[in-house]
Amino acid sequence: MDPGEKQVGSDFFRIHNLTVTFGGLKAVDNVSLNVNRRSIFSIIGPNGAGKTTIFNCINGLYTPDSGKIVFKGEEITGLKPHKIAWKGIARTFQNIELFSWMTTMENLMLGRHIHMKTGIWSGSTFFRRGSKAAQEEIRHRERVERIIDLLDLQSARNQFVGGLPYGTQKLVELGRALALDPELLLLDEPSAGMNSEEKQDLIFWIKDIQDELGVTILLIEHDMRMVMDISDRILAINFGKPIGEGIPTEVQNNPEVLKAYLGEEEPTDGIS
Amino acid sequence: MFLQLLISGLCFGSLYALIALAMVIIYKTSEVPNFGQGEMAMISTFVAYSLLESSDHSFAISFIGALIFAAALGAFLEFVFIRRAKDPNILSLILITLGFEMVLYGLASWKWGADQRDLSFPVSDFDIINLGPAVLSYLNIATLLITLILMFILFLFFRYTKVGIAMKATQQNAMAARINGIRTNRILSITWALSSLIGCVAGILLAPIATLDPNLMLEPLLKGFASAVLGGMTSLVGAALGGYILGIIENLFGGYVSLEFKSVVAFGIIVLVLCLKPSGLFARHYVRRV
Repeated sequence: MDPGEKQVGSDFFRIHNLTVTFGGLKAVDNVSLNVNRRSIFSIIGPNGAGKTTIFNCINGLYTPDSGKIVFKGEEITGLKPHKIAWKGIARTFQNIELFSWMTTMENLMLGRHIHMKTGIWSGSTFFRRGSKAAQEEIRHRERVERIIDLLDLQSARNQFVGGLPYGTQKLVELGRALALDPELLLLDEPSAGMNSEEKQDLIFWIKDIQDELGVTILLIEHDMRMVMDISDRILAINFGKPIGEGIPTEVQNNPEVLKAYLGEEEPTDGIS
Repeated sequence: MFLQLLISGLCFGSLYALIALAMVIIYKTSEVPNFGQGEMAMISTFVAYSLLESSDHSFAISFIGALIFAAALGAFLEFVFIRRAKDPNILSLILITLGFEMVLYGLASWKWGADQRDLSFPVSDFDIINLGPAVLSYLNIATLLITLILMFILFLFFRYTKVGIAMKATQQNAMAARINGIRTNRILSITWALSSLIGCVAGILLAPIATLDPNLMLEPLLKGFASAVLGGMTSLVGAALGGYILGIIENLFGGYVSLEFKSVVAFGIIVLVLCLKPSGLFARHYVRRV
């Protein structure tokens, strides 16, 4: 990456001094981060550190008490969730949030919602193959089929997602987020509940999403091997406070981070 | 005799089905059985009546006017009452719907009084065609047809239109819907408008066979609600089928056994169904894999 591009990229997504309190508890305390375009940025930290709360603020599900969230030079703090979706930010949840009574295909098509133009009348009456509504439908279906191929979801295409295995549901949710054609993708513990083989596939797919689709990824993940493997930068937080930021090796060797993960004990030779 | 009972059962059943559909559409999004549904339909029917009587409006214009009023009323009630509820639970929502039920009932009694009116429906209940041993009035035919057409339109709406699908999505997971760019608040308003509109059609079809007064929808609402419970509060198809089943069973029982116990048997069946299959006859089930 040449320096000029970096300059442009550094304005892609920024969080500035974000603070969220629940009652007296500071769930997120003065967190700032800066994500370059087309990079993978991970947020790590013990359970309850406030990682998901940051995501919820980015999404507009929570309104932060103070701080700014800037996406492509435009402040999005406090916007309604659907407006943020329209700006091109998609996400997956830690505890899957799918439309359980719909099939995989229908879930993914719903991800295309913001790109659909067909009105009530033409939508309910397209009987001709060549009609505008039909053409639009075909276009969106092609897009969704590509995602189904990418994530190997062919066998689940026409099944109700409520009955699918957990790992597959996670992929459907990832697929739905991709169907939105996001520029920024928030992944909240995508590998939770997956076995090591599935995790391996997931790592490839996330890299594909970054490289081939050019999506910038903000990742919350507990699997350290995965985080160290795919992240361009990592932010570690504990009790809502940032405790270390940098490239994977920096964070890995940061004494504060080690303390948060391993406790107060004197570092021994075994760690590093 | 049997055929006759079956036919009139179907006619009543289609009205129950409409009311059940209206209730289920709201129940699925707002998660509240809307006990104001009947009064919303009743007042809309009165609006049709007033439009028809007060000036030279044709029936078509009055009908459309009433539908527009109904839709606006539904959206208004959702916006003013339901949306204002902070972190509501089911009970408080039910109380809210009971609240505006009473407000609407009071308004109707004040505006139109307790007199029994006559909504001059363009299709007569007295012109009949013979169908073998049974007779079918033009009004019966109109009721059956209008209901079926409305159901077909609803089917197209939920299956193929962007708004309909967004509505389904909001019903299943509001948060996921928001994240995917659906304006769930607007969807809620549209849901209430649509439901109120369906109720209005039921009211206008009912008015010529019942009498138009503020009590118009009292019993039909309970029957419609019972149909929805019978078919499954979460299933549109179930609610509609529940309406037809209830109408037919009730009518057959009234004809062959006892007219006085007609309503009792209807509600008896509901109790039975709730004991045996609590989620309703046609509600979909799947066992979540763990």
